[in-house]
Amino acid sequence: MRPDLEIIQQWIKPNSKVLDLGCGDGSLLHYLQATKNVHGIGLEIDAANIQHCLENGTNVIEQNLDKGLSNFRSESFDTVLLAQTLQALSKPDHLIDEMLRIGKNGIVTFPNFGNWKSRLYLASRGRMPVSKFIPHSWYNTPNIHFCTVKDFDALCAEKNIKVLARTVVDLEHQGSWYMRAWPNLLGEIAIYHISKNTD
Amino acid sequence: MTDSIPANSVGLVKPQAYKFDEPLTLRSGKVLPEYELVVETYGTLNSTKTNAVLICHALSGDHHAAGYNSEADTKPGWWDNCIGPGKAIDTNLFYVVSLNNLGGCAGSTGPASINPETNKYYGPDFPVVTVRDWVNSQLRLMDRMQIPEWAAVVGGSLGGMQVLRWAISYPERMRHAICIAAAPKLSAQNIAFNEVARHSITSDANFREGRYLEEGTYPKKGLMLARMVGHITYLSDSAMRAKFGKSAPDFEQETSENFGRDLRSGKLSFGLNVDFQVESYLHYQGERFSKNFDANTYLLMTKALDYFDPTVDFEGDLSKAFANSDCKFLLMSFSTDWRFPPERSREIVNDLLKAGREVSYLEIEADQGHDAFLLPIPRYVDALSGYLQRVHQENESDAS
Repeated sequence: MRPDLEIIQQWIKPNSKVLDLGCGDGSLLHYLQATKNVHGIGLEIDAANIQHCLENGTNVIEQNLDKGLSNFRSESFDTVLLAQTLQALSKPDHLIDEMLRIGKNGIVTFPNFGNWKSRLYLASRGRMPVSKFIPHSWYNTPNIHFCTVKDFDALCAEKNIKVLARTVVDLEHQGSWYMRAWPNLLGEIAIYHISKNTD
Repeated sequence: MTDSIPANSVGLVKPQAYKFDEPLTLRSGKVLPEYELVVETYGTLNSTKTNAVLICHALSGDHHAAGYNSEADTKPGWWDNCIGPGKAIDTNLFYVVSLNNLGGCAGSTGPASINPETNKYYGPDFPVVTVRDWVNSQLRLMDRMQIPEWAAVVGGSLGGMQVLRWAISYPERMRHAICIAAAPKLSAQNIAFNEVARHSITSDANFREGRYLEEGTYPKKGLMLARMVGHITYLSDSAMRAKFGKSAPDFEQETSENFGRDLRSGKLSFGLNVDFQVESYLHYQGERFSKNFDANTYLLMTKALDYFDPTVDFEGDLSKAFANSDCKFLLMSFSTDWRFPPERSREIVNDLLKAGREVSYLEIEADQGHDAFLLPIPRYVDALSGYLQRVHQENESDAS
């Protein structure tokens, strides 16, 4: 399993209802079904991924996240997941609102553009960063809304979203004391567990 | 005659008739005192009886879904693309049951059968049957065949509506519902097309108030016209352009420049003759259909479509209808289907989600319109196959 998914699964309660936005080949939901008896549904638009989901018994609905989630009832899921998809959405802020309308809590992961490697690449070469992790050129990238850990913190504050937990990891998904100390500089993937602020 | 039966065909099949003496009370309140259902089966029922799949047919379909009834058949059953050894509905894994619905004209009791009370053709006296009545009769068939539970109930179009009715009425007797190119209920446009078809039949001078068989005739022109109109609604504009634009030069074919306007004889007749290929195709389809299909059955089947509305018992709320449907669902729709377009399938999906049901949904890109559900479109067939492989694996792991 992709290591960010390894971290995510710890936050998901047994027997809960999970909506996975951009569920890929369904491996996380499949794993959660098998290990935690989770009732899961994934949304996906890639035909090959959808086929994988059908083959491994994961409920999958062909639905474009950019067209909204109005077909889902409020608070109809425990957890709504958005793993490595935020940066590819046309209105990421709207989708986060929708996640917290539909789910009691949400989990968001995204590549941290504030990582020192991105900063160094842009600063030294003066060009949009291209790496193993961000392999596209600026003109053909599906990632149209990159953000940093600080940006996401600011969005949460602006929207009065409660950050239940935040962790950053490197590409091998290892955390460390120095990443915890300087998450926006050293973290490569940011993982947030969020909920509506009910205080 | 077919040259030879392909290896991935179920081969020669023989329909079997099941007679039911217990009266069936219909949705209309009328009672059918006795009836027969004609059935084909493909594959073998396993020892635990967990691998049975029910196929529900659409408007003009019947029990002959796969294989050949005789060596002389030129064409296999209507869903041979998907049913057979190694095919999506794999007869090596599943025991496939396909019947002709009540009111049909391919062997099951219907308007063209003899009414035992009068010893004459039922004709217009055959009661109007609904999707619910069909499903009730299919349940009796299932009991007769000693099948405790369907691994899956599968159908497209009007067949898909039977799948929904199964999932609403008898979810405890099935594990999976596969509903293809269907709608939660007909729209005014759908009903309008059906009414044109019915009116063309009933206004044919040979219709004789529905008693044409007694009088040794049938409303050929009306049935032809009904089918011609129906056929147009099964195809998409792009499918017709492709089908009837074959003699366009290459550069025109690529841009669909000739709009599918191939001529039948190379020039215009400047008369009221059949000039275009599409005209002669519709005539041919109508003619062929009128010879093989009973007009009263066509009237009944279109009424069953019009009347289908599973929300009637649930204050118009389809999600409430699915409250107890704890089978798993797979729905599929086709991008150019304008008879039951993807939005109609999405309505069903959304109500299933609202009801908290387990559902998967695919929207297949296909040029062929509503007809796509009968055709070997790779993504569609792969999805059906992948899903059913999974159903089979569940079966196996439950058994061990």
